[in-house]
Amino acid sequence: MSRRASSLDWRGRGSGGDLVVRGAFVLDPRAAIAGAHDVVIAGGEIVEIAPPGTADGPGEVIEAEGKQVFPAFFDPHVHLRVPGNEDEEDIETGTRAAAAGGYCGVLAMANTTPPVDSAADVLALRERAGDEASVPAGFLATVSRGLEGQELTEMAELREAGAVGFSDDGLPIANARLMRRALQYQHLVGANIALHEEDHDLSRPAGAHAPHLGGVMHEGVVSAALGLAGVPSVAESTMIARDAALAAYEDARIHVQHLSARESVEVVRAAKDAGVRITCEVTPHHLVLTDEEVRTLDSRFKMNPPLRAEDDRQALIEALRSGLIDCVATDHAPHAAEEKEVPFEAAAMGVTGLETAFAVLHSKLVLPGVLDLAVLVDRMSAGAAAFDIEPSSLTPGAEASLVLFDPEAEWEPGADGWESRSDNSCFSGSRLHGRVLATVVAGQVVYRQRSFAMGVA
Amino acid sequence: MRHLLAIGNLERADIERIMERAEGFAEVGRRDIKKVPTLRGRTIVNLFYESSTRTSSSFELAAKRLSADVVSVKSAGSAVDKGESLKDTIATLGAYGPEAIVIRSPHAGAADLVARWSDAAVVNAGDGKHEHPSQALLDVYTLRRRLGALEGRRIWIVGDVLHSRVARSNILAFRMMGAEVTVCGPPTLIPRGIERALGCAVSYELDDLEQADVVYALRMQRERMGESFVPSIREYATKYQIDSRRLSPRQLVMHPGPVNRGIELSGEVIDGPNSLVAEQVESGLVVRMAILYELLTGGRPRPGDRSGDADGVTDPTPIKEPA
Repeated sequence: MSRRASSLDWRGRGSGGDLVVRGAFVLDPRAAIAGAHDVVIAGGEIVEIAPPGTADGPGEVIEAEGKQVFPAFFDPHVHLRVPGNEDEEDIETGTRAAAAGGYCGVLAMANTTPPVDSAADVLALRERAGDEASVPAGFLATVSRGLEGQELTEMAELREAGAVGFSDDGLPIANARLMRRALQYQHLVGANIALHEEDHDLSRPAGAHAPHLGGVMHEGVVSAALGLAGVPSVAESTMIARDAALAAYEDARIHVQHLSARESVEVVRAAKDAGVRITCEVTPHHLVLTDEEVRTLDSRFKMNPPLRAEDDRQALIEALRSGLIDCVATDHAPHAAEEKEVPFEAAAMGVTGLETAFAVLHSKLVLPGVLDLAVLVDRMSAGAAAFDIEPSSLTPGAEASLVLFDPEAEWEPGADGWESRSDNSCFSGSRLHGRVLATVVAGQVVYRQRSFAMGVA
Repeated sequence: MRHLLAIGNLERADIERIMERAEGFAEVGRRDIKKVPTLRGRTIVNLFYESSTRTSSSFELAAKRLSADVVSVKSAGSAVDKGESLKDTIATLGAYGPEAIVIRSPHAGAADLVARWSDAAVVNAGDGKHEHPSQALLDVYTLRRRLGALEGRRIWIVGDVLHSRVARSNILAFRMMGAEVTVCGPPTLIPRGIERALGCAVSYELDDLEQADVVYALRMQRERMGESFVPSIREYATKYQIDSRRLSPRQLVMHPGPVNRGIELSGEVIDGPNSLVAEQVESGLVVRMAILYELLTGGRPRPGDRSGDADGVTDPTPIKEPA
């Protein structure tokens, strides 16, 4: 049922490498590995977790004492902007950003221009990824034709063409009948359906005839002070409740994207307790920022779902810790500068995240003692499982995909530019503690941080 | 003060200073020649992205009474209308070297962005539903002339608070001057959390209106019906219209204009003895002169400019030739 991340499309597909990483603190919570070891890689697989300083190899040897090694991360929710908005991102730059963030795989959403809704679209993207992608990239197709929310796409044919899953992300599936049909059809097609949960009747307070008057931030004390139209938490949680009920009724499975509110956490808890097959994700920005940031009216803090209140943030952290929220996903959403250099209400929604995700969570949650490092490391790769991909592992015999992390490094995101083509990060200008030094996918080094690469040479 | 972007950025001392300055300019307005040379040679750009009659004309006249050169740009028919971004428009207008930009925008925070992108002093003449600070200052000025200090006065702001930048600026300004503010309107038009956000009380009915010293009615837009905020304008008027039966002689009535007669205010109240509506418009001119003066002279005269010093303002030399 599950397959390896490296079987997705990327430049390095099919060629496994040899490598030894010596002396690092190796942490793989799922495999119960936590200690100083040498990691020996041959033919793209982990062959041995050896005592520190003992291993040698035919290939490159990386001396990594004082550094940390984790299973490489997996992001089930990114926007690579291909086709249609290559000025913001493309497969090459987006996967380079992923490599720099420690990822061994990303899943690209289908709300492109035009949307990915035909087998030919999927095949074309896969071919480009095979030429351009630094790390394995999977592609989702839309649930509804043209992203219009009316008719199903040819899900079976899309699946055969290699669509990893289905999603109308960016938009909710407002029509409950269409949602139900997609869940029924899943019994034929198999792949998971990822849901952007938002009731537009609640999130667009002026009504459907005026989508441009839609909510632009969390509805709460800050929106009341600023006079900005709010998106209430219940716009999200009520839709999750509907879809959890439909999934239960159809014995189907769903993946809920970017949880943002305490109410949503409660709905997911009730669904999981009732045995519904539901997984969900949370973004780094929802875990470390709140709607207080919006007081500056800085458009970098505009995204959908919006940053919510401190109480929501605490609920998300607790749910991630307990495993109620399965994984971290960035919702990496690049935007051109001119889409953000406008007043807050007119700005595009979305923030980049691939290059900063782990460092942000390490700095803001792990170092202050809010979240265990082992828990975070698990959640950074667990999202693969929701789409039938094996989460990376450091167990001998597993595909050798790992992150080499320097927990001591201090850096300022964006100070040396970005791998991504866009720079709409919430975190540019902040000080982060800990930085990805290198990323390995199936034994191949797909990223080296510049200073670290020089140190090796 | 470098810019006037939001009441939220001001200290009470800033407001006091502008009030005193406005009183000086009120005297100028009673002269035959109502013009002083204070800002001669300075350029002020009025950039209005929304239709506006009283705010734009009031700022324009204020600038002219101070002898500044004024360029007014309205969005309709301009480059703005042709899709030019705000940033590009500001860069273009920057070529004229304006000392001040007065901007009205449908978007919150637009004035802050202009302040970031331009060297000019920036006046927020209304940004989305966020703030309208010059309106709040002229309302404080109007009330102080009538009531003296606002300490302990009870002010009710009635109507569509959700969509009102005037409400937000006025709540902050009235409270800063020591008044107690209650907002009143249908629950659908009172933003959730406004008590904590802005420090006011909330009422959904006019039953306790008698406790108000001042009743500040807001404009009710007909579109709100189509957006199902209120079931009908008729019901709204029944529940929230300020008419003479609801008012006692000591209560003052204000409105930022333009008024929908027979909706938020009855005709006899607008024209009646309780109404400060006409005085508000008069105050608007002198308060906006005071704002421009404050920002462009830093509250102090320019070196070598006798007409702009403190005495000059309370007793400025009128320009001899007809304006």
